[in-house]
Amino acid sequence: MTLDQLHHITAKESAARQNLRYQLDVCVAAGCLSSHSDRVKKSLEEVLAGREVKESYRVRGVGCMGLCSLGPLVSVEPGGALYQSVSPADTAEIVEHLDYEPLKRLQCPRDLPFFERQVNVVLENSGRIDPERIEDYVAAEGYEALIKALTEMTPAEVIEQITRSGLRGRGGAGYPTGLKWGTVAKAGSGSKYVVCNADEGDPGAFMDRSVLESDPQRVLEGMIIAGYAVGASRGYIYVRAEYPLAVTRLNAAIRQAKHLGLLGTEICNTTFDFDIDLRLGAGALVCGQATALIASIEGQRGAPRPRPPYPAQVGLFECPTLINNVETFANVPPIIRKGGDWYAGMGTKKSKGTKVFALTGKINRTGLIEVPMGMTLREIIFDIGGGVPEGRKFKAVQTGGPSGGCLPEQFLDMAVDYDSLAQAGSIMGSGGMIVMDDGSCMVDVAKFFMEFCMTESCGKCIPCRAGTAQMYNLLAKISEGAATQGDLAMLEDLCDMVKHTSLCGLGQTAPNPVLSTLRHFRDEYVAHIVEKRCPAGVCPCPAKEGGR
Amino acid sequence: MQTALGKVAPPSDDRRWKLVSATMRRHGHRRDALIETLHTVQQSFGYLDQDSLRYVALSLRVPLSRAFGVATFYHYFSLKPPGEHTCVICMGTACYIKGAQLLVAEIEKSFGVKPGQTTADGRISLLAARCIGSCGLAPAAVFDGEVAAKLTPAELQGRLHRWDK
Repeated sequence: MTLDQLHHITAKESAARQNLRYQLDVCVAAGCLSSHSDRVKKSLEEVLAGREVKESYRVRGVGCMGLCSLGPLVSVEPGGALYQSVSPADTAEIVEHLDYEPLKRLQCPRDLPFFERQVNVVLENSGRIDPERIEDYVAAEGYEALIKALTEMTPAEVIEQITRSGLRGRGGAGYPTGLKWGTVAKAGSGSKYVVCNADEGDPGAFMDRSVLESDPQRVLEGMIIAGYAVGASRGYIYVRAEYPLAVTRLNAAIRQAKHLGLLGTEICNTTFDFDIDLRLGAGALVCGQATALIASIEGQRGAPRPRPPYPAQVGLFECPTLINNVETFANVPPIIRKGGDWYAGMGTKKSKGTKVFALTGKINRTGLIEVPMGMTLREIIFDIGGGVPEGRKFKAVQTGGPSGGCLPEQFLDMAVDYDSLAQAGSIMGSGGMIVMDDGSCMVDVAKFFMEFCMTESCGKCIPCRAGTAQMYNLLAKISEGAATQGDLAMLEDLCDMVKHTSLCGLGQTAPNPVLSTLRHFRDEYVAHIVEKRCPAGVCPCPAKEGGR
Repeated sequence: MQTALGKVAPPSDDRRWKLVSATMRRHGHRRDALIETLHTVQQSFGYLDQDSLRYVALSLRVPLSRAFGVATFYHYFSLKPPGEHTCVICMGTACYIKGAQLLVAEIEKSFGVKPGQTTADGRISLLAARCIGSCGLAPAAVFDGEVAAKLTPAELQGRLHRWDK
């Protein structure tokens, strides 16, 4: 495969497109699929099959368009009409309106802040290409970055561009990606591995799932470029077994990339070989930790080990290993295509580029968004997300999953980046953003996350194994209205101990939900302990709010 | 089970063992294929029983303790046969905030099963998932592999009672 051949595919695709009068794109990512978009797609096909010159219509399944709460979504080109909550019963009417005004009844305005305020880099193809056809990806400038890297750049130059871009690991910790690549590149000349961490274990987060389902080729391309840069010839994608659609699409993507000679031996007629294999996770949050993930790929229990040595030196099968998250790899092709400086032009001083967030919870427009780093929480939640529904009051936003924290109203005007979130007592995490209204009790939320960490603790180190269980018991006691001030003091002591003495990130961050709610909502804890009352009326306290 | 030549015979002549042995062959019977192989066993048989764990452990030459360790470590693997139908309630944060615990309580009330249990007649297994990634459509549940979004207790009852007939 050369650049010319790539352009040939692009030309063929756009010629086919020009013969079409209308193209109808139906979202077939997991969100819309669970509202039965597959039936909508089938029904559209049936209606159009009955039309004259049916060759001039095409119905395509595409990836996530973002606005999951209004699915199934259907978009029409040309014209750009977007339809929401489409059912199979609506398809005949949509087709009738093709040549006229768009069907007002189902139309979703394109000028919503939800769409207009976003900047799409990772999601640039999401909802615009068929994730099951590599030709669609190629027609959207796919694999140009790989060919550019392989034929015009040295591995060191690739790493230089990634470093210049200021890209930081999107899995949560925010480690500079260029630095990590550089370390692996320098780690000897023997076998090396590239691993894509797609074990999206944080509850309330589905960014990686959506990228894998909507644009799998982009992740492969990012990994192949990484393999070239660090000198690896084998890659693994560690993906959750709970994401069957992502697994199917990844397998298809790998097969198609191999067929076009973009994966395998002598890629693009160079001497570079690279192969990618899938490994299925089996439901363990701790496997998101790099060393536990390595153990799991090796077929063992997912228990982490002390670092150093870091995986960049001694990783998978004892070889130097580069581990990055799905979204990190998905950022690589555009950075190589447009240059590191272009990427560094977006975002804040220390957090460059864009970030994908999964906006969920008590919010009007739930879905997947991508915004430049540095946008405020208020803009994300109220402008893009449309605020809290049913006249209820915003109470807190939870970021970073079980490792993160809850931020109250006074932080709404804070610019979102790695450092500001950490200062406020939460973390960026992988990008889950769960909005809570005044119907949620913060003690109950802290208890929910602690129960999660307690069950997910692998049991290897005592602070995490025993500490999370003790903290859970104390939180349960508080929520039942049976705790004393002494219990609260003990809870705070335990938080400190578990945070500083646990072996891996899971234990070190497990106290965060408790610490952040104690910091910002201490009065709620006190109400449970002193007045035996749950202000939100959620917990089984003896004296319920407004109760007897 | 182990023959003189060291080749391990499957526990029975069930054809599904062919799938399992194909997975092991694809990975060259390397030890790191353990989790992949257990996935195939569970996909084919619905759960991992002692015979299958012993067969896989012997075939891949890993200690039986390690096979059991792996099978019990990961939540996805089940050592008990599933019911005729499976209902997985998502208990991720977004679903929790939107009342997934009410759905679980509803099932417990009318069917007497908690997450991880199967009804006495073996018809319905109830499971709780950590997060199925359908957070935009919370609360969500999976009925025999089909995701249902924005689920209400009444809809849940309806679906389960249809299974119970």
